[in-house]
Amino acid sequence: MSRLGALLRGRDDTKPWTGRYQPYDLVKEASLAVGVVALLALLLTVLFSSPDDKPSTIAQWSRGKPVNFVAAAAKELDGTSGTAEYGPPYNHNSKGVHAAFLYPQKWLGVSHPINTANDFVIDPLRTVPNDPALQSAIASYEAAPEKTQKAWGEAFAKPLEEYEAAVEAGKAPPQSVSLDQSNGTVTVKAAEAGPVPSLMTALLSLAKSGGLDGSLLTSRQFFQTDYTKPLLFMADGGLLEERAQGQHLLGDQWGMMNETGSYPGQAWLWLYALWYQVEPFKSSENADILVMLMMSVLSLAFVCVPFIPGVRSLPRKIPIHRLIWREHYRSGSPE
Amino acid sequence: MSAAPPKPQRPSSWTVRVREAGVAALPPEKLLPDGQPTYVASWIYVFGVATIASLVVILISGSILALKGPAWWHYTGVGHFFNSIHMWAVELFFFVMVVHLWGKYWMAAWRGGRARVWMTGAVTFLIAIPTALTGYVSQQNFDAQWISTQAKDGLNSVGVGAFFNVTNFGQMYSYHVLLLPLAVVGLVSAHVLLVRRHGVVPPFELERRPALHAPPAPAHGTSASGAGDPS
Repeated sequence: MSRLGALLRGRDDTKPWTGRYQPYDLVKEASLAVGVVALLALLLTVLFSSPDDKPSTIAQWSRGKPVNFVAAAAKELDGTSGTAEYGPPYNHNSKGVHAAFLYPQKWLGVSHPINTANDFVIDPLRTVPNDPALQSAIASYEAAPEKTQKAWGEAFAKPLEEYEAAVEAGKAPPQSVSLDQSNGTVTVKAAEAGPVPSLMTALLSLAKSGGLDGSLLTSRQFFQTDYTKPLLFMADGGLLEERAQGQHLLGDQWGMMNETGSYPGQAWLWLYALWYQVEPFKSSENADILVMLMMSVLSLAFVCVPFIPGVRSLPRKIPIHRLIWREHYRSGSPE
Repeated sequence: MSAAPPKPQRPSSWTVRVREAGVAALPPEKLLPDGQPTYVASWIYVFGVATIASLVVILISGSILALKGPAWWHYTGVGHFFNSIHMWAVELFFFVMVVHLWGKYWMAAWRGGRARVWMTGAVTFLIAIPTALTGYVSQQNFDAQWISTQAKDGLNSVGVGAFFNVTNFGQMYSYHVLLLPLAVVGLVSAHVLLVRRHGVVPPFELERRPALHAPPAPAHGTSASGAGDPS
């Protein structure tokens, strides 16, 4: 134990200072520092202000990119969206990411349960009043076996995926999907889609009216502060990503440490963002946990610098301290 | 045969014990010194106190924003002004803290029994990161939407998302205005008190060339190890 203690302590014959002292006014220095920093912050505020880009809403998304909205909603319904297949803490549809034998995402379980078909599509549609045809379509969908529901959903989603892929590639979109620019309605020619087209038409209409924004926030109580559902639904679509790309916020744009506009953002996350740009993290489907573990190890090492052989000795070997204490060395102290 | 001198009795009052332990560890002249060792003569020492000064500006501007509520700064010029002050003070805080940390690294400021000083400083830096993150995701604007939907993946991957949900505005706001600032202020306080207790680390030279002269009485301050910058 004592050998371990000595190893941890390392060579340290630092003695208490027995030399001269000079006058020092701690309170004055601290007060001046607060004044100077406040002035600097004021100067930066006057020169640059701060960013405040308005948030997106589901209503804006559904009005501005109706095909993208319907495509995302179809995936929520058939269980193939990013959220639907996420796993914990939202559902059990995957184990989540892992590193070797470590599955912390799975171990911590589902703490914010989300069933994308019910929570994002069916339940909001139930709130639409005076629409017996819609309620009949919901009943018909719910009465069908899961396999049939899946088949309907996939039959409806496929033409939309082809449409989105064609638009992204700059090609002519397939005729199976048409967008009426005058009223923003989307028509999908999909055989064997059952009641899904009716559900999606109604959901698009609800979203454009702003009703879906409110529906996704509704829980058991009047006051709401949890935006998990609307944010996850929007993140499955393309609007947030499109805005983020324009503001250099994507992962491959070092977006983790950026914010909107030309502001410094969270520059202190540069090392965290760096790992996502290099292999093996860059192409790993478990990048998130690998980067988090890497940063955890580095953070622990950072805290334990005084006990890490080699790292703790560098300052003695690389004489930057001669620059820091040049006055002291020049004066030939101690005296 | 004379009787043995009576043993000094430990005070039974908890208050007295705490006071005596506190004064013994940090007598007033050590806590608020009016002198510092002559080697404390470099611009690098400014960055420790500048970090604390930035924290003070952050706390004042953040308190003003908290007084008016989270939506205020979006629709008033005064609110936006204080939000900008808050944001730039945070940027300054991290900048000067990083310079301070690098300076202390090259001084090997953990020497002479000062490991806890380094460790409290390092943990403060690490806790400051989620403190800032919770601020970014509590902004109620596009930055908050994007950052929260991206940050969730890293946090979920290690299970943290199960109890720390960055897409839950209410939870993040509580963390940002109370829990994490308490942790940062507590750690900074511990860090400063440890610096006051152990003093600013002496230059390397002392280790190679021990003092030859008898220690003169400090011209200002009474402790041989209690002065210097609070960093």
